[in-house]
Amino acid sequence: MIITHSWLKEHLNSKANEAKTIEQLTSIGLEVEGIKENKGELDEFKIAKILKAEKHPNADKLKVCDVTLDGKKIIKVVCGAPNAREGLLTIYAPPGATIPKSNFKLKVAKIRGIESSGMLCSESELNLSTKSEGIIELKNKDNEIGKSYFKNKAEKVIDISITPNRADCLGVRGIARDLAASGFGSLIKIKKKPLKQNFTQPIKVSISKSKNQDCLAFGSCYIKNITNKESPSWLKDKIIALGLKPISAVVDITNYVMFDLNRPLHAYNADKINKEIVVRNSKLGENFEALDNKNYKLQDDMCVISDKSGVLGLGGIIGGTSTSTGLDTKNILLESAYFLPASIRKTSKVLNINTDAKYRFERGIDPNSIKEGLELAVALIVKICGGSASKFSITGSADQKNKTITLDIEKFKKVVGITISRLEVNKILTSLGCKIKNSKKILKVEIPTWRTDISQDIDLIEELIRIKGFDKIELIEPKKKRIKDTLNFSQKLFHLSQRALASKGYLEAITWSFTDSKIDKQFAKGETEIKIFNPISSDLDVLRRSVFSNLIIYLKKNQDRGYEDLSFFEVGPVFFGKNPGEQQIVVGGLRSGLVSRKSWLEKSRNVDVFDIKSDVIRTLIDLGLEESDLFVSDNTKNCYHPGRSGSVNLKSEKGPHLAYFGELHPAIIKNLDFKEKNIFGLEIFLKNIPKPKEKARVSKKNYITSDFQKSERDFAFVIDKFFKVGELENIIKTIDDNIIKKVITFDVFEGQNIPEGKKSVAINVVIQSQDKTLTESDLDLISQKIIKAVREKTGATIRS
Amino acid sequence: MIDLDNINSSFEQKIKSVKSKEELQILKTEFFGKSGEITNQFKSLTSVEANKRKEFASSLNKTKDSLTSQLEKKLLELETSEVNAKLKDEKLDVTLPVRSFQNGKIHPVSQVIDEISSIFSEIGFSVAEGPDVETEYNNFTALNTPEEHPARDMHDTFYLEENKTILLRTHTSPVQIRTMLNKKPPFKIIVPGRTYRCDSDQTHAPMFHQLEGLHIDKNITMSHLKGCLDYFIKEFFEVKNVKMRFRPSHFPFTEPSAEVDIGYRIENGKIVIGEGDKWLEILGCGMVHPDVLRNVKIDPDKYQGFAFGMGIDRLAMLKYGINDLRAFFENDYRWLSHFGFDPLDVPTNYRGLSK
Repeated sequence: MIITHSWLKEHLNSKANEAKTIEQLTSIGLEVEGIKENKGELDEFKIAKILKAEKHPNADKLKVCDVTLDGKKIIKVVCGAPNAREGLLTIYAPPGATIPKSNFKLKVAKIRGIESSGMLCSESELNLSTKSEGIIELKNKDNEIGKSYFKNKAEKVIDISITPNRADCLGVRGIARDLAASGFGSLIKIKKKPLKQNFTQPIKVSISKSKNQDCLAFGSCYIKNITNKESPSWLKDKIIALGLKPISAVVDITNYVMFDLNRPLHAYNADKINKEIVVRNSKLGENFEALDNKNYKLQDDMCVISDKSGVLGLGGIIGGTSTSTGLDTKNILLESAYFLPASIRKTSKVLNINTDAKYRFERGIDPNSIKEGLELAVALIVKICGGSASKFSITGSADQKNKTITLDIEKFKKVVGITISRLEVNKILTSLGCKIKNSKKILKVEIPTWRTDISQDIDLIEELIRIKGFDKIELIEPKKKRIKDTLNFSQKLFHLSQRALASKGYLEAITWSFTDSKIDKQFAKGETEIKIFNPISSDLDVLRRSVFSNLIIYLKKNQDRGYEDLSFFEVGPVFFGKNPGEQQIVVGGLRSGLVSRKSWLEKSRNVDVFDIKSDVIRTLIDLGLEESDLFVSDNTKNCYHPGRSGSVNLKSEKGPHLAYFGELHPAIIKNLDFKEKNIFGLEIFLKNIPKPKEKARVSKKNYITSDFQKSERDFAFVIDKFFKVGELENIIKTIDDNIIKKVITFDVFEGQNIPEGKKSVAINVVIQSQDKTLTESDLDLISQKIIKAVREKTGATIRS
Repeated sequence: MIDLDNINSSFEQKIKSVKSKEELQILKTEFFGKSGEITNQFKSLTSVEANKRKEFASSLNKTKDSLTSQLEKKLLELETSEVNAKLKDEKLDVTLPVRSFQNGKIHPVSQVIDEISSIFSEIGFSVAEGPDVETEYNNFTALNTPEEHPARDMHDTFYLEENKTILLRTHTSPVQIRTMLNKKPPFKIIVPGRTYRCDSDQTHAPMFHQLEGLHIDKNITMSHLKGCLDYFIKEFFEVKNVKMRFRPSHFPFTEPSAEVDIGYRIENGKIVIGEGDKWLEILGCGMVHPDVLRNVKIDPDKYQGFAFGMGIDRLAMLKYGINDLRAFFENDYRWLSHFGFDPLDVPTNYRGLSK
C-alpha cells in the first residue's frame, strides 16, 4: 500500500513530521517497507513526440523514429513497438536513465547498424501497469512535450506492507484511523456536502437468486450529461504517486476513492449497457474482453455483471471493454458493490488476474461502505465533469450488522502477562471504531464492519497490545530445567554421522531435496519417481531418490573449478514415495581423485574401494556399532561398479542393511562427463541402525586382561581364486574366540607357484589364553585345528 | 710392586691412543685376556711370598678395578661419539611438507543448528522433526490458513500433485500440528529443518532452513515468550545485551503476532549485533491461535503458549559474517573449507558455543 504524507494528513490531524509518522506506523504493525523519493532518475523520463517513424532498413519488426522534446531537435530512437507512429506522444528515456522495471541503464547503442539514443517506454517498463505491448500513448497536449512525465517529485512515497488481515488499512483513511487510535493525532471527520439527486437511477439492477450468489449488494448511481476530461493536477499527482497512469477524470476518481477509503468502484458507459444489469453466475464457455485487453473464458459459477448482451465484467475483479468509459462518454453508471472474499479469490486464481480491486475484495472490504464510496465519487465527478446524479439504487442487503464479541479484561493478563485498565481498553477500542456496552469486567464489544479480521476475543486482545505497545510487556527469564532428552536416538545418529565423516576429511555439503530427473534416474533403485508439479526449473523437477543425485552434481562443479581430490558428504532426506513420511535420512559420501598427489614422500595412488570401505566401517563404529558386528558382502546396486562395491549388514548377510560402498558405475561417470573419473561413494542408512536396548555403560561386560603371553602364528592357504577372504577369516575367528584374539590377512597373491584358479592367502593369527601361557604343543594343537577347519570348509590346503 | 706400577703407566699410555671400540677390545685383551698382564699377575699370586701375598693381592685388585673402570669410561666415551657422529648423518630437512591430508568440515547451517539446539536444551526444549513432504491440511489449514485465506499467497508453494493436496512444507510449523496431535501437553519443542518455497533470487533460495519453537503449557504468556527469545538471542550472538523490538505483525496461526527486530550497527565494515540505531528483522512469533489449538483437540481455555519461527541460514549469515545466502547451497570446496567448522568444534555450553 502506497501513501504520501500529505494524503495521510487529509485524514489525520497531527503535527508529527514524516519521519515520526513512519516510525509510528511500523510500531503499530503497519510496517514501512520503503520510502521512495521521486527524484533524480524518474525526472529524466520526458514527454516526447514522434515526428517520423520509418521501417528499420535491416529489421522487419523495428522502426527508426525521429523523436523530439522541443519540436526542433531530432533524436533518433530505434523502437520495436508496433504502435510507434508519426504524431504519437509517448515517454522518452534518454541514455543514462535507468528503466524502473529491469534496472537497466540505457546507453547509446547501435541496433542492427543504426544508432539509437535512448528508448521509448511501455507502461510495464515504467512499472505503471503490466501492459507490455507497445509504447505508452499519452493524451497530453503538444505544449507539454519536453516536460517530465513524473511530477510531484518533492514528496516522498511511503510503501507500507499491509498484512493480509488488515484489509481496512488498504485505504489511506484506515491507516489514519489506526494512527489516531495509537494516540498519534486525531481522525478528521469527513465533511459531506449534500448532493443534488433529483431522479431515480433508470437502469434496472437485479441480483440473481442462485445458490452460490457471491454478490451481497450492488449499489449504483447514474450520472448524466458529464464532460469527461483529463483530471485536475491535484488528482493526477495522487494517481501518479500511487504508481498508476492517469486516464480520465472518471477513471481516476474511482481509483482515488479506492485508495482513499478502501472502496473499489466501477464506472460503466451507461449508453453501452443493454437495457439492464444482472448480477449472476457465469456459465461455462462464456467469455468477455476485460480492460487489460485480454479475453477471458469463464467457467461455471463465477460472479459476473451482465446485461442483455452478455458479460460486462467480473464482479469485484475487472471490468470489460464493451462498457468502458472514454473521454467522450456522456452518461455513466457508477457501481459500488460487495462481493464475498472467497469467491473473488477463487475466480481470480483460476483466471490468473490480479487487480487492485481484487486485492481488496479478497481481503475483505467494509460491506457497509457502499454508500460512502458513491457519495465521495459522485461529488467529485459532478464537481470535475459536471452532469447530474441520480438517487442511489442499492440492490441486496446493504446494511450488515456489527458483530458483538464478549471480552473478559482478565484474559488480557492471562495471555499477555501484564494488566490493562478498563479505561485504557475503552480508549483503544473506541478509537478503533468499536462500541463498548456493559461497564463490568466482562465487556460486550461491537466491532465495526470494516474490521472483518476481528472475530473473537483473542483478536481484541491483539488489538489492545498492538496499540498499547509490545514494549510494555515485561519479560520472564526462562527456567533452566530439562525434563526430556534434547535429542532422540535418530537425531543423535544424524549429529554423530556429520561429525564422523567430517573427521575423516569430508566436507559437509547441503544440496536441494529436489533434483534433475535425468540424473536421479541413474541412482534410483526401483523406487517410483516423485515429480514436482510446479518445479522451479526443468532440471529440478523431482524429489531425489538417492543422496547422490545432487551431491554428484556438486562434485562435478568442484572438479570443473579445478579441484580433483575431493571428499564431500551430505546427511539428508531421500524419498521413496510422495506421501508424507515416505522418506529416510541417508548419509552419503563421495570421494574422487588421488591420495598423495604430488608428494615427495610417497607415490600418489588412486583413491580405491578400500579407502571408501575404511570410511564406512570407521563411521559405523563412530555411530556406536561393534566392528565385529559388521558383516561385509559384495551385495551391491546398479549405480556402483559391480565388481568393486559391496554392502555392510549387521551381523549377517540377512541382518539390517547398514551401508553400500564402492566405485561408482563407469557408465554414470561417462554420462556426466567427469574430469577426474576415479569416483567412490558410500551410503549409510541411519534408520537401519538399531537402537541399543540399554546404554553402553550398562551393556558393556566386565573386562579381564590376560596376564599371559600372546603368541602369533602365520598361515598361508592355497584356496579357490573366488573364495572370499572375509569368509575365510570368519571361519578361523569362529573356531575358538576365547583363544583366537585376532585374525588378519596380510598378503594375497596369484601366479608364480600357485596352481591355475587358486590364490595364496597369508593370514596372521593372534592366540592368547586367559588362564595360562600356551605351550608349544598347545599352539601346535590350535594350528592343526585351524588348518583342519579351513580345509574342511573351503578345500584350501596349507602352503609348505 | 714395580710390575704393577709399570702395568698402570703402560695401560694409561695405551688407552689414550685408543680410537675405536675394536682397539679398546684389543687393549682389554692385552691386560685381561687369557695371558693378559693382569691375568698373569693373578696367576703369579701363588708364587709371592706368603707374608707379602695379602698386600700384593690388595694392590693387584686395586689396579684391576682402576683399569676396568677406565675401560668402561672409555667405552662410554667411544659409544657416545659414535652415536653423535651417526645422528649427525641422520639429519633430515623437517621443513619438507607432511603427508597430504584433507580437513573435513561441518557446514555452517549444521553448526548453527547444533548451537541453537544446545541453547534451547538448557531451558528444557527438545528437538522434534517432521517430514519434508506435507499435507495441505498440516501446512496450511490446521494452521488457521484455509484455502481462501490470502496469507497463502505469501508462500510460493511447491506441489506434488495438481490437486494441491500434497506439497513440500513451506515452513516448519506443520511439525507443531504433528507434535500436538500425537502427544499430550505440555509441549516444549524446537524444530530445525528444511523448508521449501518456489522462489529463487539473490536473497531467496528454493530450499532454506527454518527453526520453529513451540511452548504450550498452562499459563504461558507473552512475557515468557519475550524472556525466551531474549535469552536465545543473547546466547546465540554471545553478547551480554541485546536491543530487541517486538513489532506487531500477522501470522494466521498466532494471535497476537509479532516480528522481532534486533539492534545493530556497522563497525569497520562488519555487523555488530545487539547495539546501534539500526534494526534487523530476525524472527516472527506470537501466542498460538486458539483455533490452532482447537484443530489439534487441545482446550485453549486450559492450555496456551507461544510459537516462533526463524531462518537458520540468515542467523548463520549474521553470526558468521556470510554475505550471500546462495553460497550456502553452492557447495564450493573453497567456501566450505573457509566457512565450515572443525568436526571437533562441537558447540557446548560449558566450553562455549563457538571458538
